[in-house]
Amino acid sequence: MNMLEKFPIMQYISEEGEAVNSEITDMLTADLLKLFYEKMLRARMMDKKCVNLQRQGRIGTYVPYEGQEAAQVGSALAVEEGDWMFPTYRDHAATMTFGHSLRNLLLYWVGRIEGGIPPEGKNIFPPAVPIASQLLHATGVAWAEKKKNTDRVSLVYFGDGATSEGDFHEGLNFASVFKVPVVFFNQNNGYAISVPMEKQMNSKTIAQKGLGYEIPSIRIDGNDIAAVYLETKKAVERARNGEGPTLIEAVTWRYGAHTTADDPSKYRDQAEIDNRRKTTDPLSRLEKYMKNEGIWDEEWLTNTENKITNEINTALDEMQKYPEANIDDVFENVFEKLTWTLEEQREQHRKIKRGQMS
Amino acid sequence: MTTAIQVKKLTMVQAVTDALRTMLEEDESVIVLGQDVGKNGGVFRATEGLFAQFGEERVIDTPLAESGIIGTSIGLSINGFRPIAEMQFLGFIYPAFNQLMTHATRMRQRTMGRYTVPMVIRAPYGAGVKAPEIHSDSVEALFTQIPGLKVVIPSNAYDAKGLLIASIEDPDPVLFLEPMRSYRSLRTEVPEEKYTVELGKASYQKKGNDVTLLTWGAMVPDTMKAVEHFEKQQNATCEVIDLRTLYPLDKETIQESVEKTGRAVIVHEAPATGGVNGEIISVINDSAFFYLKAPIQKVTGFDTPVPVYSLEKEYLPSSEKIIHAINKALSY
Repeated sequence: MNMLEKFPIMQYISEEGEAVNSEITDMLTADLLKLFYEKMLRARMMDKKCVNLQRQGRIGTYVPYEGQEAAQVGSALAVEEGDWMFPTYRDHAATMTFGHSLRNLLLYWVGRIEGGIPPEGKNIFPPAVPIASQLLHATGVAWAEKKKNTDRVSLVYFGDGATSEGDFHEGLNFASVFKVPVVFFNQNNGYAISVPMEKQMNSKTIAQKGLGYEIPSIRIDGNDIAAVYLETKKAVERARNGEGPTLIEAVTWRYGAHTTADDPSKYRDQAEIDNRRKTTDPLSRLEKYMKNEGIWDEEWLTNTENKITNEINTALDEMQKYPEANIDDVFENVFEKLTWTLEEQREQHRKIKRGQMS
Repeated sequence: MTTAIQVKKLTMVQAVTDALRTMLEEDESVIVLGQDVGKNGGVFRATEGLFAQFGEERVIDTPLAESGIIGTSIGLSINGFRPIAEMQFLGFIYPAFNQLMTHATRMRQRTMGRYTVPMVIRAPYGAGVKAPEIHSDSVEALFTQIPGLKVVIPSNAYDAKGLLIASIEDPDPVLFLEPMRSYRSLRTEVPEEKYTVELGKASYQKKGNDVTLLTWGAMVPDTMKAVEHFEKQQNATCEVIDLRTLYPLDKETIQESVEKTGRAVIVHEAPATGGVNGEIISVINDSAFFYLKAPIQKVTGFDTPVPVYSLEKEYLPSSEKIIHAINKALSY
C-alpha cells in the first residue's frame, strides 16, 4: 500500500490563496479569517521579538517556531476553555493563542520558574522538554476527564522526531486501548534538530503510524490554517463525543534554527527558506485568500499590528519589572512540606548568604 | 470505655491488599493500575479480589508498558485522581525512569504547586526468592537521589498497611518498595481499621546498648536473627532500627541511637557503592560524630549485578557477615 496515497496532504486553501474546496472554506466567516490572521501575526511578531531579544542578550537560548504558525494557531483555536494543552518547548504560538500569558512566556526564556505556569483557569502544562514524554500526560489527563464523565479533551503537540520515542507509541496505545479523548497533533517540520525525516524513519508519513493503533489518522497541510483548524476541530469533536483519539500529521517547516544556539546551515540548504517564504508561508497564504475573498483591509492590519506591538511591549515591560527570582521557591516546591534535608540546606544557604557562618 | 480494636494476622502481601482495599473504599479518587493487577490480582496476588470488588474502572489492567503506566498516572494524578501504579518488579521500572525523574517529581516545582502528582508506585524488589534474573534488583538508591520522591520500604505486615496508606494520602509521589522475600514469610497482627504509619520515621525493632544496626526491608528479619545469635554468644546488646523510609531518613532516631551506642552497622542488600549506606554514614557524621567509638561498619551486596539465583545466597548479607561486622565494631 502506498502510504503517500493513503494519507494525502489535505488542503483547503492552496499556496496561491485559492479555495481548494469552496463548500468548506465558505463556512469560514470573515471574522474567523481575521481572527486566524491576527493570532498568526501575533505569534509571528512575538517570535521575532524573542529572537531579537536573544540576540541582544536580554533573554536566554530561545526556540523559534516561525513558519509553523498555522499549525499551532489553527489547532489551538479548535479547543475550548476547560480543555487541556500539552506543548513542547516550540509550541508557544499554540499556548499564547490558547490563553497563556505573554509575560510568563517571556519569563520562561529568562529561566524563571514562573514561565511554566499558565494563568488561572487555563489548563496548559509546562513545556515538555524530554521528547514525547508529554503524550502520556495528555493521555492520562484525558483519561481522567473520561472517568469524570466530562466532555473535556487533551490536545498534545510533538514533532517528527518524537515519533521515534517509545513514549509516542505507549501514548497512542494507551489512548487507543482506553478510548481516551485526546488529539495527538504532530508538527512534521522535516527535521529533528539536524536529522531529516528520511533518516528519522523509513515510513513515508507519520499519519500511517496511527494505523498500528487503530487510531483514525490524517495528514494535513500544516501551513494551511483552514485545514488545520477544521480538521483539528473534527478530531476534538470526535474526542468530545466519546469516539476516542485522533492522530493528525501537520506537514510544515521551520524557517529558523532548532534553537538560537543552533546553526541550520550545517545541515540544510538555507536557500530553501526564501523559497518557502515565497511559496508556502502560512500568513501570506491567508492574506492572498482574504484578498481574493475581498475581506483584506489594510487599516485593520495596521491597527492589529499596533495592538500586538503594544501587547508585546507591555508583556516585556512586565517581565523586566517582575520581582527577582527567589531561591525559596526552589526549596518550597519540591514537596508540599519541606523535608529536614531541605530545611537544613536552605538554612545553611541563608546563613552563608548573610555572612553568618562561623 | 474502650472499643476493642479488631486485629487479624496477615502476611505482608495481604496487608498491602488490605491497605489498597481500605483506600479504594474510602476515597473515590484512588485507582489501582498496572500489568495483571485486575482479573489476575497481580503476580504476587497483592491486588487479589480488588477487581471483583471495585470493577475495571478503578482496578485497571494496563498494557505492558512501564513508562506508559507511570506517564499516564502523572496525567491522572494532576487531573484529580490518586493512582497507585504497580511495577511488576522493581527491576522492570527502568523504562519509566524518565517519567519519574523528569516529570512526576518535578511537576510541583515547575508549576510552583499548580500541578501536583499524588501518586504511589508500588514495586516488589530484592533477592532471595529464586526469581529469574533481573527480577531481584535492589536499586533503592537510584531513587533516593531523585529530588521530589519519597522512598518507603516496609519490613512487616503492620508497617506495610500503615505506610502504604500514608503513602497514598501523601500529596507527593512515593515509591513504595515491597521486599518480596518478606511477602509471605511471616504474619503479624494488623488492625482491620484504617491507620497510618508516619513516613520518615524509623522504628526500633529491638533496644540495646552497645551497637546500632540500621537496616530495612528483607534485611530486617535477617539482621534480627543474626543479632539473636550474636547476643547468645557475646556479652553485649544490639539495637536494631528498621529505617522504613529511605528518603527522608529519620535523622533523630539514627542520631539518638548512635549517640547511645557509639557504634553502627548498616545492613542492606543493594550494592555497596552509592548505596543508601553512604547517606546514613553522612547523617551519623553530621549528627553523632563525636559519640563514635569505632568506624561505622557496613554489610551490603557486592558491586555486581544481582546474580542469578544459584548464587544469590552468597550475594545477600548473611548472618556470618552481619555478626562479623558487629564484632569488628565492638573490638575496635
